[in-house]
Amino acid sequence: MSANSTLAAYATRLGDNALILGQRMIELVAASPELEEELANANFSLDYIGQARMFYTYAGEREGAGRDEDDLAFLRPEHEYCNLLLVEQPNGHFGDSTVRQVLFESWYVLLLDALTRCSDEGISDIAARAIKEVRYHLRHSSQWLVRLGDGTEESHARTQASLDDLWRFTGEMFTPDDLDDEMRAAFNGPHLEVIETRWRENVAAIIAEAMLEMPGDQLMASGGKQGRHSEHMGFLLAEMQHLQRSYPGATW
Amino acid sequence: MTKQEWPLYEVFIRSRSGLSHRHAGSVHAADDEMALNNARDTYTRRSEGVSIWVVRSDRIVASDPAETSAFFDPAEDKIYRHPTFYEIPDEVENL
Repeated sequence: MSANSTLAAYATRLGDNALILGQRMIELVAASPELEEELANANFSLDYIGQARMFYTYAGEREGAGRDEDDLAFLRPEHEYCNLLLVEQPNGHFGDSTVRQVLFESWYVLLLDALTRCSDEGISDIAARAIKEVRYHLRHSSQWLVRLGDGTEESHARTQASLDDLWRFTGEMFTPDDLDDEMRAAFNGPHLEVIETRWRENVAAIIAEAMLEMPGDQLMASGGKQGRHSEHMGFLLAEMQHLQRSYPGATW
Repeated sequence: MTKQEWPLYEVFIRSRSGLSHRHAGSVHAADDEMALNNARDTYTRRSEGVSIWVVRSDRIVASDPAETSAFFDPAEDKIYRHPTFYEIPDEVENL
């Protein structure tokens, strides 16, 4: 792979995680338990979509084929999205959403931290901007995990069930594929095994504070990074892409 | 189950260093940490602040509107308590 195509593919993947999670979270607008929580969540969603825009714009520049952020966000088929399976999982109940955010954000914050030290300035600049937002998101989501886990008997049981259910999507965050290896070799990219060790420590601490149990080792789902998605992805894309597909180039 | 309202918190924001905190509004929250988060997300989204205070509204001791005259009127005719007899240099800001 040429340097430009590695960077374009890697930035696209980062953009995909941010965009798909942002789209998931925006579905919570008008469905949050409290007005203040809703406003917070909408802010976070827009943070993620803002990150996606930066990553896609950069990917388009590196690719050099004239594609812009909208082309990458809205005009690709499902198998070209390389986001993690975790971020496309449905919102479910509030405990499900909270667990998804904690598991992803505790990984993402470590990944961005490593990316601020990568040798490609385009990606490290975006990572440095994004990490400030994500540190706050993680603070918010992990506090909620503690409230739910250490809350009532029902909230505890339901949150534990969410944790056990979503745990199987965490494996692929730490399994490097060719692109991860290439990024690491050529641009001092993240070392996923190191991130895994730190992630487990950090997540174990939050889970302990929330009076929840760490899920045991289990069979991990994977495929997101290679474009093989769960059954939820098609519905998400259909809704997200509808306007751009029906009215190409539509503007306000 | 009847829905229980979360307590109300008053939010004070300092817009930049050197200024004092000003009342910005209020938020509902289940605990102090959440109140701080909610205040941040509700009132500082457009870079309005560098510091936030939150305090539960029911912990604020307020003067009684019925006693306004006893509280505040006696100060009105005592102009010698106002520092209006000094020249303030132009360089002094935020006084």
